[in-house]
Amino acid sequence: MTGSSDGVFFLTGKDFTNAGSASSNLKSILENMGIPADIVRRASIAAFEAEMNAIIYAVAGMLSYSITPEAVKVTLQDMGPGIPDIDLAMKEGYSTAPDYIREMGFGSGMGLPNIKKNTDKLTVNSVVGEGTTLEFVIYLEGPPPQTS
Amino acid sequence: MKLSDLIEQMSLELKTAETDLTREVTSGYVSDMLSDVIANAREGSVWVTFQSHLNIVAVASLKGISGIILVNGRIPAEETIKKASAENVPIMTTSLTAFDLVGKLYALGLRCR
Repeated sequence: MTGSSDGVFFLTGKDFTNAGSASSNLKSILENMGIPADIVRRASIAAFEAEMNAIIYAVAGMLSYSITPEAVKVTLQDMGPGIPDIDLAMKEGYSTAPDYIREMGFGSGMGLPNIKKNTDKLTVNSVVGEGTTLEFVIYLEGPPPQTS
Repeated sequence: MKLSDLIEQMSLELKTAETDLTREVTSGYVSDMLSDVIANAREGSVWVTFQSHLNIVAVASLKGISGIILVNGRIPAEETIKKASAENVPIMTTSLTAFDLVGKLYALGLRCR
């Protein structure tokens, strides 16, 4: 794989018609850059889950990505309700999704755990009433050595 | 097994035109929770579900699912069919329940892993 790329996709809350298109576009970009299939798979899954969280919970969101020869980094910033207890939200099976969202097959409480499982680094910052910023990194050749 | 053979043997109704039916079905998964499918279905699976809305197409495409089978006589929405055709994700329907369909798929030799 050669070169770097970055960009941004804008997301509209409750827009289930276009839901998934940002992560689908990101997947194509990664494939076209010749990123290894396993990295593409992990990044697309994590991006899809993050994108769906913004669609389900937020008014609007912004998915930005930065691809370098070292890593794929994705940041999802949303204008949403925020997450009061991030540790609880990270627990598999915990969800605050309303019934109509669950009826669509979302809200199983697996989104954030799926993101964590598929990425090398995950940071979630949230302010209740303002929004959530989620950032994940997948290293193309394993995490860099710790320097502490 | 090829998807076209599976359609014939299970008497499924194909809802999407111009999708690739020559792809191999190598395993199966049944779930109505999308994140569960994302986490656990394998590439090349046939996905059995009750969900018929648009977003199943993105999930299937993301995971490299060979085809989606809607059970219990569920009919996919027109926009779902359109998107699935555009993204080359075959959607089939059956009047069987998930339980009965999966039993038959299992008898054909398909497994989850």
